[in-house]
Amino acid sequence: MAQEEQTGRSIFTDLDDGTSDEEINKWQRTFRLWRETLRDHWGKLTDELSVKLSLITVAAFVLIGIFAPFIATHEPLTRQYQGEAEILIDKWAEPSILGADSGYILGTTAEGFDIFSQLVYGTRAALMVGLIAAVFTAGIGTLVGLVAGYYGGKVDDALMRLVDFLYGMPLLPTVIVLVAVLGPNLWNIIFALIILQWRSTARVIRSQSLSLRERPFVKAAEVAGAGDWHIISRHLAPNVLPLTFLYGSFGIAWAILAEAGVSFIGLGDPNTVSWGTMLQASRAYSALQFGAWWWFVPPGICIGLLVISGFLIGRGYEEITNPKLQ
Amino acid sequence: MSDDDVLLEVDNLKKHFKVNEGWIASLLQSVSGGEPDYVHAVDGVSFELREGETLGLAGESGCGKTTTGMSLVKLHEPTAGDIEYDDKRLSEASDAELKEFRQNAQMIFQDPFESLNPRMTVYDIVAEPLRIHDIRNETARVQRALEFAELEPAEQYFDQYPHELSGGQRQRVAIARALVLDPDFIVADEPVSMLDVSLRAGVLSLLDRMTEEFGLSVVYISHDLSLLRHMCDRLAIMYMGKIVEKGPTDQIIENPQHPYTQALINAVPVPDPDVGRERVELQGEVGDVIDIPTGCRFKDRCPKHMGEVCDKVVPPLEQKADVDADQDIACHLFESAEGYDPYEELEGRSAASDASDDTESAPADD
Repeated sequence: MAQEEQTGRSIFTDLDDGTSDEEINKWQRTFRLWRETLRDHWGKLTDELSVKLSLITVAAFVLIGIFAPFIATHEPLTRQYQGEAEILIDKWAEPSILGADSGYILGTTAEGFDIFSQLVYGTRAALMVGLIAAVFTAGIGTLVGLVAGYYGGKVDDALMRLVDFLYGMPLLPTVIVLVAVLGPNLWNIIFALIILQWRSTARVIRSQSLSLRERPFVKAAEVAGAGDWHIISRHLAPNVLPLTFLYGSFGIAWAILAEAGVSFIGLGDPNTVSWGTMLQASRAYSALQFGAWWWFVPPGICIGLLVISGFLIGRGYEEITNPKLQ
Repeated sequence: MSDDDVLLEVDNLKKHFKVNEGWIASLLQSVSGGEPDYVHAVDGVSFELREGETLGLAGESGCGKTTTGMSLVKLHEPTAGDIEYDDKRLSEASDAELKEFRQNAQMIFQDPFESLNPRMTVYDIVAEPLRIHDIRNETARVQRALEFAELEPAEQYFDQYPHELSGGQRQRVAIARALVLDPDFIVADEPVSMLDVSLRAGVLSLLDRMTEEFGLSVVYISHDLSLLRHMCDRLAIMYMGKIVEKGPTDQIIENPQHPYTQALINAVPVPDPDVGRERVELQGEVGDVIDIPTGCRFKDRCPKHMGEVCDKVVPPLEQKADVDADQDIACHLFESAEGYDPYEELEGRSAASDASDDTESAPADD
């Protein structure tokens, strides 16, 4: 560059002394661009009625989860007793919304727990499992995928063989073993789900970054002298981020379903109420045979609503990541 | 044409790509003791780029011209050979020297739809090299570069994303990005082949202005000989990873010597139906770049094939005694000006068999 200045042929020569004051405020600019992108995405997302309804549903569940202690009429894991004599409820109390004179909105379980309160508290477990598992699976999967895809070669081989190994692990037996070893606890279930779930995100992100890293704009950054981390964070990550969100939102629904399934086979946390453990209890007491449908239908509906909402939001987001679907 | 204004010297550059990558394949190979296959993309290319000069690399698809260009800006680590920049060998350069080289070597890519990150604004794209090299006056420089690339007013483009621009505008942004660091030389890989014909003239005159005003050296890579004739001071014609002929542009176009160059120039259509040109049409396909044939690489398609010399001896790129222009040709048809006799080697070879050829072309691990 020194030579250029000597010959006076550079158009930048006069810029090289001192800083000019017309420098753009970077933070302000970045903030504004982010806001514009988010607004754009939000606009596209809420464009569709089904996505809008799903967002409302999820928001309602989140509110219920947050304010559970105020909404629930009883403690979810406290036995309810009948009348003055405080006798243990015989079989179950019928729901008061059906006209029964029991005082329990959705009746009680055979163990004497208030179903409505259990349902409200179960929202917390479902959202916690869904969100934490989704954030971690999407995060780990993206990181591993980016590193494997960018570096390729031996790094890629090692990471992808690990993913292959995880693909070989079936969901339920693995969770059974893990929960048996670590103890039946909601956190252990989340942990087991994360371990088994990041594999698919990692695969997809890897394939995406494999193709991205060969794109000319990455080459252009390399020519400009960009380092590995610069390329991964500035060029690859922003381009796979929509996919990460997509997998995250599918991950929420998937984790909730898996938790319900694991709880249903009796590996749930006995000290936490979740919709899955409610279903499991109703099966254990043969609620279906006795026609106590108010016990197992509400948690089933809740699981269905939340999972379908998750998938619909993911589906709506897919249209942003893949404009060809529109 | 003194030696000291040579900016870049490419010395017997080779780039071979390994075939069959993957650990199972290499494991099997090491068990069976087989040699891995290599694609000989660039196989011994030497040329120099002088300051302020424009050099054209021409040849058909797959002849290694893009790989050569990418090696020039260190996108590929050469398998063998070296590039000398400012009298420093790049293979021995320190990190600081390499960083300086990165600042002075830029590239313009073929496809403007792919060479700009779709999630970055024009401003960020052009400013990125400045950020990497920690150069101040970001805004002013970006503005200057965009205005030079005729994107005016520059502020209006700052916040636009590539998909909001037309193909021509995108290529201008790519040119602005290459120029913003004030480089010494630029490799332009088919800079206009993806653009509408109507936009080409504009971008080409911009590139022309860039060479003029920046005093840049530019390597144009293209298969379009009429473009190269318009843009370049010197031309090098490549075939299967080797330069077969190089020299001043007019010389090569008006008076091609190598049979391949003749065929290539003959293939350019002339917009005059009355011009009667002797057609030289090539037969057959480009040879196998994995299992390189012995002798001249062009021998199977050459209309002037002479027999055993062409089959056995690799013709070196050199001045020829019976061609008086300043032109290097790699062909046995002409007599070497440096006293090299291929027939001598032919006799020596028949005794020594082909074993020596194998060891010579065995590439380093890549």
